[in-house]
Amino acid sequence: MSAASTSRDRARPTAGCSKSPVLRERGQREVFCGLTGIVWLHRKIQDAFFLVVGSRTCAHLMQSAAGVMIFAEPRFATAVMEERDLAGLADANEELDTAVSRLLERRPDIKMLFLVGSCPSEVIKLDLSRAAARLSSRYAPDVRILSYSGSGIETTFTQGEDRCLAALVPELPQAETETPQLLVVGALADVVEDQFARLFAAMGIENVGFLPPRRARDLPAVGPSTRYLLAQPFLAETARMLEERGASRIAAPFPLGAEGTTLWLKAAAEAFGVDAMAFRAATAAAEARARRALEPHRAALSGKTLFFFPDSQLEIPLARMLARELDMALTEVGTPYLHRQHLAEELDLLPEQTSLSEGQDVDRQLDRARAIRPDISVCGLGLANPLEAEGLTTKWSIELLFTPIQGYEQAGDLAALFARPLDRQTRLKV
Amino acid sequence: MKLTVWTYEGPPHVGAMRVATAMEGVHYVLHAPQGDTYADLLFTMIERRDRRPPVTYTTFEARDLGSDTAALFQETLAAAYDRFRPQAMLVGASCTAELIQDDPGGLAKAANLPVPVIPLELPSYQRKENWGAAETFYQIVRTLAGPAAPEAGAEPSARGPGYRPRCNILGPTALGFRHRDDVAEIRKLLSELGIDVSVVAPLGAAPQDIARLGEADFNVVLYPEIAGVAAKWLKRTFGQDFTTIVPIGHGATRDFVAEVRRLAGLPDGAADGCGNEPKSRLPWYSRSVDSTYLTGKRVFVFGDATHAVAAARVATQEFGFTLCGLGTYSREFARDVRAAAAEYGVEPLITDDYLDVEAAIQAAQPELVLGTQMERHIAKRLGIGCAVISAPVHVQDHPARYSPQMGFEGANVLWDSWVHPLVMGLEEHLLGMFRDDFEFHDGAMPSHLGPGARVASDPASAAPDPVAEIAAGAPAVDPQGATLVTIGWGSDAEAELRKIPFFVRGKARRNTEAFAAERGLSEITVETLYDAKAHYGR
Repeated sequence: MSAASTSRDRARPTAGCSKSPVLRERGQREVFCGLTGIVWLHRKIQDAFFLVVGSRTCAHLMQSAAGVMIFAEPRFATAVMEERDLAGLADANEELDTAVSRLLERRPDIKMLFLVGSCPSEVIKLDLSRAAARLSSRYAPDVRILSYSGSGIETTFTQGEDRCLAALVPELPQAETETPQLLVVGALADVVEDQFARLFAAMGIENVGFLPPRRARDLPAVGPSTRYLLAQPFLAETARMLEERGASRIAAPFPLGAEGTTLWLKAAAEAFGVDAMAFRAATAAAEARARRALEPHRAALSGKTLFFFPDSQLEIPLARMLARELDMALTEVGTPYLHRQHLAEELDLLPEQTSLSEGQDVDRQLDRARAIRPDISVCGLGLANPLEAEGLTTKWSIELLFTPIQGYEQAGDLAALFARPLDRQTRLKV
Repeated sequence: MKLTVWTYEGPPHVGAMRVATAMEGVHYVLHAPQGDTYADLLFTMIERRDRRPPVTYTTFEARDLGSDTAALFQETLAAAYDRFRPQAMLVGASCTAELIQDDPGGLAKAANLPVPVIPLELPSYQRKENWGAAETFYQIVRTLAGPAAPEAGAEPSARGPGYRPRCNILGPTALGFRHRDDVAEIRKLLSELGIDVSVVAPLGAAPQDIARLGEADFNVVLYPEIAGVAAKWLKRTFGQDFTTIVPIGHGATRDFVAEVRRLAGLPDGAADGCGNEPKSRLPWYSRSVDSTYLTGKRVFVFGDATHAVAAARVATQEFGFTLCGLGTYSREFARDVRAAAAEYGVEPLITDDYLDVEAAIQAAQPELVLGTQMERHIAKRLGIGCAVISAPVHVQDHPARYSPQMGFEGANVLWDSWVHPLVMGLEEHLLGMFRDDFEFHDGAMPSHLGPGARVASDPASAAPDPVAEIAAGAPAVDPQGATLVTIGWGSDAEAELRKIPFFVRGKARRNTEAFAAERGLSEITVETLYDAKAHYGR
């Protein structure tokens, strides 16, 4: 029995949303830029430092955007460009070298330094890849210096992680063996990564690597024998770079919810020739546990209407999970960018009537949300309180990036994130 | 290029947003790339505003740079006007849009909108948030109040009997530190003095309110960083005097009352008793005998210039603290802070580098830090008490309760919030007497602040085993990094040193070592420690 058919047999249209029209809008986009990814990436890769080359706005974003400040001395900083840096590029490069040398003197523990481009550095065409090469030759082999752009003119929010991982791909060692290896791509909470590693081991898949690694020196190998499995839906550029290295993608939905996790693991199992019995033996107990954990939340969420404002590109996998495993009713599912190929399996599973939108004109989208009055609106921090003040219950989308939500053991936690705002509504008598 | 970990101020367009968001009937169209919309959450999350800031961003992307970003600005402006129908509009560029030089002001003029459009030139690579707020408020005032300016040489209208003097309150914005409550407190105070408030701006003011700023007799400037430039223009244009004393603390509030009476042409306070009656509880609480333990506590002050200078006065004159550091990130007002620092005999710290402030606090070894949310985190790491006195602040510094910093109630609030983080008098004595008690260990927080760990402020005590290190002959290093003559601490002396409260231990160590070095002693004994203590006193 395939995992898809074992998932509760409810009558659902099978065509999904793969052919549905998508509303494409152009207007004010209420999304973060790619720099924001640094907030979790600098914790994930424990000996890496992220130096944003940008403006005061970038520095201000970094400390405000996450809504939290991590005040142990963080592993990120901004080299703030000033008037004189704009006067001539030679000077800007010199200034950058000085900033880097000051930083590395202060933080000898840094093994990998990312120079992160911003809107102003892109507009003045400050070439950070050349700067990284120049500085690398000075600091090799102690510090590896790489660059990527997290600018808002090129990236939204999670695309920053995509660019960062893409910058790592050329640095990965060449896989020497013919034996196929599995590479799991996309930053996951350490606890989730460990769970997946155990599951792959239990089904007999050895040679599993994770990108990004927890330490810069532990870069996984890649080559034509590599099969990679995306753990996050926003990694278009990274995937392209991996394929240039000869790796091939295992197509799968994303590991959200019990069904999603099973389908994701199963795609890897099939690619590695794991037999069905071994797969069930490795996953059945955890899957059953995940379904039990979802059960109490379904009562609260079943039939509730849901509206997604675009934010992290996680919207479509989340919508699929919430609709299929918790019986929520999807209204509009907005996403900043719709990658049809990577999301093909997700779109097939999405209920047919879902209205999809890509890009954003925030004022018009707010008009639609006000007309629909969904039970839950998933939105960024700039919109949440204003919508709450209009009587619309919201779920902050950023929490979906800062909470472990992937995998079997987190399926219940993911459902709880959506149940909590409604629970709160029923408790409060003020 | 300046290496920055945390910033005290945002870019100048965030200052403009603070003004626009504070006002009614104003809309700001900002030429800015995708991502700059993060600034909305400062208002909706940190200040918990229930509406989006009245700002529309063009959110251009790389593909727009190849085509026509100027056209994008024009479309955005027209759409924003149609949707929001404001009575006045602000237009400007964020840091990236400044580089592409589309001239939002010129484009907006060409759009010929039926409302006043105020172009803002805020140089992002030179200026910061408070400057941006001041410039924005000034441009709004000039544009909207300017048409009402009197002819040169016009006589002010005469005041009849029973005339109630009127003033404006200038400076409060969105996202300001306690601005909401300061305005309420000062409004109440002015009303008790018999003065009417004509307009409060920018907070709560609509364009038509700005247009009648000139009708008041004088201006109350609560936040010179924001309203100073506009107040000077109003004086030049309408002859309105403005207040120069910021009413933070009991004494400053009394001085403010005297200044306001003078500007309003009211008789001296002695006549009706209003100015002479202390109205805050601070003077009595401070004279109350249980407050003796506050005497001479070392306090480090850092914030915007207005709040820092005010806090220095309150801390020294009204709490009896000793000022051990005073600084500001407001370079525009550095002169005021330098003058105040000279008055208190401390070195002024003018910087917006968080790491410099951290180093200065570590070196000054204060017992209390009065600062921004940055200093709160520094103090937390060092295990020092801290109260927040200035922006930038986080969500917990926008309290639900009435909590002004200004006026007489503000003085009460200062009393409560500055005393709270300190170790209470009796607890402090017991800490000193029973240093070895397991609950009094150096890592313990003051009991009323709950469980939690301190990070040692004395670097030497943070080392795993200082005694072993000294036994191994590790040279002592002074803060400038120069190696000093090696002076060994005997193990008894080292143990005795650890009985000294952690917040003065670093100073005791330095003093003892200096004392020993001056006398050419090679080893520090318990005797040396107490000789040094007697020599330096405290």
